[in-house]
Amino acid sequence: MKFLEIENLRKVYGAQVGVQHFDIAVERGEFISFLGPSGCGKTTTLRMVAGFEQPSAGSIRIDGRDVVGLRPNQRNIGMVFQSYALFPNMTVAQNVAFGLKIAKRPDAEIKPRVAEMLQMIKLPQLGDRFPYQLSGGQQQRVALARALAGSPQLLLLDEPLSALDAKIRASLRSEIRDLQRKLGITTIYVTHDQEEALAMSDRIVVMSEGRIEQLGTPFEIYNRPRTRFVASFVGTLNILRGKVIDPAKGVVRVDEQDIRLDQQIPNAAPGEMRAIALRPEAVTLGETRPDRNAMKGTIEEVSFLGAIVRIKVRFKDNLISLDTFNSSASPPPRRGDSATVTFAPADLQVLEGVEG
Amino acid sequence: MKRSRLGPWLAMAIGTAYFLIPLIATFEFSLRMKRGEYSLEAYRVVLADPRFQASFGYSTLIAIATILMGVLLIVPTAYWIELKLRNLRPLVEFITLLPLVIPAIVIVFGYLHTYNSSSWIPLIATPRGTDLLLTFGYMTLALPYMYRAVDTGLRSIDVRTLTEAAESLGAGWGTILFKVIFPNVRVAVLSGAFLTFAIVIGEFTLASLLDRPAFGPYLQLVGANRAYEPSALAIVAFVVTWACMGLIQIFGRDRRATMAGR
Ligand SMILES: Nc1ncnc2c1ncn2[C@@H]1O[C@H](COP(=O)(O)OP(=O)(O)OP(=O)(O)O)[C@@H](O)[C@H]1O
Ligand SMILES: [Mg+2]
Repeated sequence: MKFLEIENLRKVYGAQVGVQHFDIAVERGEFISFLGPSGCGKTTTLRMVAGFEQPSAGSIRIDGRDVVGLRPNQRNIGMVFQSYALFPNMTVAQNVAFGLKIAKRPDAEIKPRVAEMLQMIKLPQLGDRFPYQLSGGQQQRVALARALAGSPQLLLLDEPLSALDAKIRASLRSEIRDLQRKLGITTIYVTHDQEEALAMSDRIVVMSEGRIEQLGTPFEIYNRPRTRFVASFVGTLNILRGKVIDPAKGVVRVDEQDIRLDQQIPNAAPGEMRAIALRPEAVTLGETRPDRNAMKGTIEEVSFLGAIVRIKVRFKDNLISLDTFNSSASPPPRRGDSATVTFAPADLQVLEGVEG
Repeated sequence: MKRSRLGPWLAMAIGTAYFLIPLIATFEFSLRMKRGEYSLEAYRVVLADPRFQASFGYSTLIAIATILMGVLLIVPTAYWIELKLRNLRPLVEFITLLPLVIPAIVIVFGYLHTYNSSSWIPLIATPRGTDLLLTFGYMTLALPYMYRAVDTGLRSIDVRTLTEAAESLGAGWGTILFKVIFPNVRVAVLSGAFLTFAIVIGEFTLASLLDRPAFGPYLQLVGANRAYEPSALAIVAFVVTWACMGLIQIFGRDRRATMAGR
C-alpha cells in the first residue's frame, strides 16, 4: 500500500470535465509535481486532495484512510498558496502558531516550535513583523513554515513561486526541496513551469485536459516522452511527421528520406503517419556516419544565444532545430546554405497515436 | 502652474464655506440666549434638561444594540456570500439598497400592522418588545451603509484563500470568522458602525411613530417650542457625532499600533 493513493478520480462542473481518469500512487516522502498548461486540472486535483472540492467520483486515500468526505480541517494537510495567504492581522510568529493554537498545543510547546520553524526558513529575526512588512519571497517562506508547523502528513503547494521574480524563484525552489527532503514529507507541487518540475521532482505527472498524459521521473519525461503533448510541452523537442515504412525493422520516411529507429514501432501499419520526437542536443551538423541517420536540408534560421547557436534546418515539411556551441574557430552556416544533419537511431522516440 | 492650482482651491473654499457657514451661524445664534451678550446659557439649559439626558442615553443604547446586532448579522452574511454565493451578490446588493428607496414611514406602518398586539408576534405590546422592534428597524435603515462598508472590507482581503488557509490549518467556522475574518474587516466595520450611530442618533420617524423616548423626537419637540435651545442641541449633537468619529479613528489606529508593537 502506498502512502497516497488516488483512484479513478473525476470532477465535473456541469457538462465540463475538470479532471478524469486520474490514478496515482505516491510513496511516503516522495516529491510529486503536477505539470501542465493552464486549465488542465492541476489545481482542481490538488484541491480535491486538500478537501476544498468534492470529487464527482473516485477515491483518495492518505496513509490508508479514505479522506473523501472529510472536511479540509480534518485531513491534517499543509497547504501553500500562490498568493501566500498569510493572515494580515497577525504577526509572522502568530501566523506560524495559528495551526498549533487550534490544535490546542500548550504554550510551552508552541513558542519553541515557532522559533524552530522560523529558524528553519532562515527568518529567525522576523517573528514580530506583519506580513505587509515582508517581501514576497519572505512571505512565501513564512507560509511554508505555517503549513509545516503542525507536522502535517501531506504538503500541498499550488504554484507557490509563480508570483515571485526569477532569481528568488530559483533559490526558493532549492530551499523548498531541501526542506522537503530533510522533513521527509510527502509533497504534491503544482506548477506550469517545466523547468521547475524537472528540477525539483522525484516524479512528474504531466496533465492535459483533465487527464494524466504521462507519469514518470524527470529523466523519463524529458528523454522518453510518450505522447506528442508531453514532447511539445516538456523541453524544446523537435517533432517530425513520418510515414511508417517497416514497423518491424523500425523504418520511417520523413520528407522522402528514410530514417532508422533502434526499435520496432508498436501497433503500427505501413503507410500510417506517426510523430517522432528528437531532442535538439542529439542532432549534429555535417559528418555523416554509417551508424547515424542523415538528412539533407536547407538552413532556415541561425540565432545566437550566447554560448549556444540555435540552427533551424528546413526539409520539405519538417523542421529540425539543433544547438551547437559557439566557437570562433568555425563560424556557423548562413541562411540558405544546404546542410546535412545527423542523429543516432536511439535518440528517436515514436510517440503514441496515429497522426492525421 | 498657478492657474491650474486655482481651481481646486476655489472648489475647496466653496465646499468649506458650504459646510461651515451654517454651522457657524447656528453656533453664533445658540450663544445669544441672554440679551445683549454671548453666553452658554442655552447649553446650560439643554444639558440640564433631564429629558435630554434620558433621550440621548436611550438613543445611544439603541445605537449600540443596532451596531452589535447589525455586525453579527451582516459580517457573517456578507462573508458567506463572498465565499460561497457569489452569484447571489447582485440580488443581495439590491435588497440592501431597498431601505434607501422605501421611506421609513412605510416600514413603520408595516411594523405597526405586522407586530401589533393582536398579531402572531405582538412585539408592540410591551415597551421592551417595541425597543427590539425599533432596533430591528434601525438595522434595516443602516443596512445599505453597513453592508457596503463590510463588503468593501471583505473585498480588500482575499476571503476565499484566507478561509482555505485557515481551514487547512485545522480551523472551524467559528475560528475562521472570529480570528481571521472579523479582525481583518475591523476598520470597515468601524466605519459602518459610525454611520449607523449617526443615523440612529438623529432618526425621527421610526422612534416617533413607535412612540419611543429617543433623541430625534426630543429634538423635534424642543425645536417646535423653543428658540435658542434647538441651535444649542444641534451643535451638541454635531460635536458628539464628531467626537465619536475621532474616537473610532483613534481606537482603530491604536489597536494597529499595539498589535504592531507586540
Ligand atoms: N468552480 C469551477 N466551476 C466551473 N469550472 C471550473 C471550476 N474550477 C475549475 N473549473 C474548470 O476546470 C478546469 C481545470 O481547472 P484548474 O483550475 O484545475 O486548472 P489548472 O490546471 O490549475 O490551471 P492554471 O494553471 O491556470 O491554474 C478548467 O477548465 C476550469 O475552467
Ligand atoms: Mg491552478
